[in-house]
Amino acid sequence: MTETYYDLLRRQGISRRSFLQFCSLTAASLGLSKAGAQEIVHAMQTKPRLPVVWLHGMECTCCTESFIRSSHPLVSDVLLSMISLDFQHTTMAAAGHQAEERLEEIIKKHKGEYILAIEGSSCLADGGIHCMSGGKPFNEKLRHVAKDAKFVISWGSCASWGCVQAAKPNPTQAVPVHKVITDKPVIKVPGCPPIPEVMTAVVTYLLTYGRVPPLDAQGRPKMFYSQRIHDKCYRRPHFDAGQFVEKFDDEGARMGYCLYKVGCKGPTTYNACSTIRWNDGLSFPIQSGHGCIGCSEDNFWDKGSFYKHLPTILPPGWGGIEATANKVGLTAVAVTGAAVAAHAALSAIQQVRSKSSNDKLAVKE
Amino acid sequence: MKIEKYSGRVVEGPTENVYVYEAPVRLWHWITVLTFIPLVVTGYLIADPPRSIGPEEATFAYGFAWIRIIHFSCAMVFAVAFLMRIYWAIVGNHHARALFLPPLWSLAWWKGLFSQGAYYLFLKKEPESWIGHNPLAQMAMLANFVLGTVVIIVTGFALYAQQWAWGDSWMFWFGWVHVLLGEPQAVRTVHHLTMYYLLLFAIIHIYMVFREDVMGKEAVLSTMVNGIRAFKSKEH
Repeated sequence: MTETYYDLLRRQGISRRSFLQFCSLTAASLGLSKAGAQEIVHAMQTKPRLPVVWLHGMECTCCTESFIRSSHPLVSDVLLSMISLDFQHTTMAAAGHQAEERLEEIIKKHKGEYILAIEGSSCLADGGIHCMSGGKPFNEKLRHVAKDAKFVISWGSCASWGCVQAAKPNPTQAVPVHKVITDKPVIKVPGCPPIPEVMTAVVTYLLTYGRVPPLDAQGRPKMFYSQRIHDKCYRRPHFDAGQFVEKFDDEGARMGYCLYKVGCKGPTTYNACSTIRWNDGLSFPIQSGHGCIGCSEDNFWDKGSFYKHLPTILPPGWGGIEATANKVGLTAVAVTGAAVAAHAALSAIQQVRSKSSNDKLAVKE
Repeated sequence: MKIEKYSGRVVEGPTENVYVYEAPVRLWHWITVLTFIPLVVTGYLIADPPRSIGPEEATFAYGFAWIRIIHFSCAMVFAVAFLMRIYWAIVGNHHARALFLPPLWSLAWWKGLFSQGAYYLFLKKEPESWIGHNPLAQMAMLANFVLGTVVIIVTGFALYAQQWAWGDSWMFWFGWVHVLLGEPQAVRTVHHLTMYYLLLFAIIHIYMVFREDVMGKEAVLSTMVNGIRAFKSKEH
């Protein structure tokens, strides 16, 4: 008989009460109804445990660090043991050839059954030699493992968008997972790192329903990425009131005003930080007084300053590196205004001249 | 009165009054003026908010939200009026089309454009007389006003759409703008710069209208009120 998640949990000494708590919390964070919690309970008790293969490409392991700190103790217990049983570089005991053998074994034994979760981007330059894994270019390994996977998850901004490795000029030609694996839907869970509760909820959804969760047009699960940080921010009343932090050491900063003017990217960032928050719901960047840097958005590393509301638009040397749209616009208005005034003056002179010559003609007649 | 085809140049008099701008065109013009002014003011304030408004409790203050509501409401009226204007370009008289479809294929029209350009550069003393917009004005309307308006409406709607998820509701219709320009921050910048582009148009437009009315051969100012292009009688 194959082991279910519930069996695994009980074996680890977790009570049924805690198990039900986990199911209801996950159902709530997925935006499901009470019946949804029941479905999760049912799935966890009856469905065979899905093996998870977790690959690491070019990354900093912050996704793993985030994941193993998921707030509810149960979550990390469940999912961490589940993953270490299969394949995860950072947490598994095996190493070297042993680990690679284990990977091949999973692929053969659970063909078309396992979840492939990828942390980190792949690279294409020079045949992919800038990221080697088990003696092979990572993008080859990625294709190999993805071929028989049931679901593919991109953990974090590296796997979803490319992140800092893909920043200009991108010497290693770092690419996100969906640029390498094009024949399967890829579930993007961006963030640097993503919120741990979001990560566990996505895995739970895949297990419960056996299908990809509803995704938005960018391929992200709708339940966590359909609203901006800004729309659910607890500092939003200060935005609506027009109370802004002007500098990080001013009275407004002490009063907890809105960070819009010091470059908060909350209004352009889709993520759940302002609702789920971090460290067991303790805080999130804006709550600690720093604007959102938009780490879950594509290209966030190349968008200019984290501390400027309007980005720099002119190249260095043209009105200084700080030239914003306002400076450019106001200069254009001033130049046009001056040109119009000059034209008006010339026109007036011409008008006066032609009038006086007309008068002379009239006198002669 | 004889009028050259395409260019709208008055070839020879006598010049009688002509009804050029129908009521919907005039109505649209003034709706655009009335919404454009608050749009520029509130838009500037949204991009660069004034210093924080008082230390009062945020619960009772709603200053910045009012600025945004005014911006959004005016923007909706501005956009709907522009859509109506496009509709009128199709069903209205041929002057209603001049903004959108200048006769670029006509040699006479191009000649008119350069002749009017020479007049504005003081290279030519006497201007020609025109029944509708002169070709140079038509060109400015298309390249500056129409283009700017389309860009500002589309980018504005794309920014507005961000309150929905990707692929939902307004974002379904305007998400492509974010994809096209790369990211929402770029959409903001383009929207902001286009405001200045239209502001430049407004400055030149208002100046030209007054100048034409004083120095040109036709009445221009009153035309947008009563729709009638009146030709000033010759002095002798």
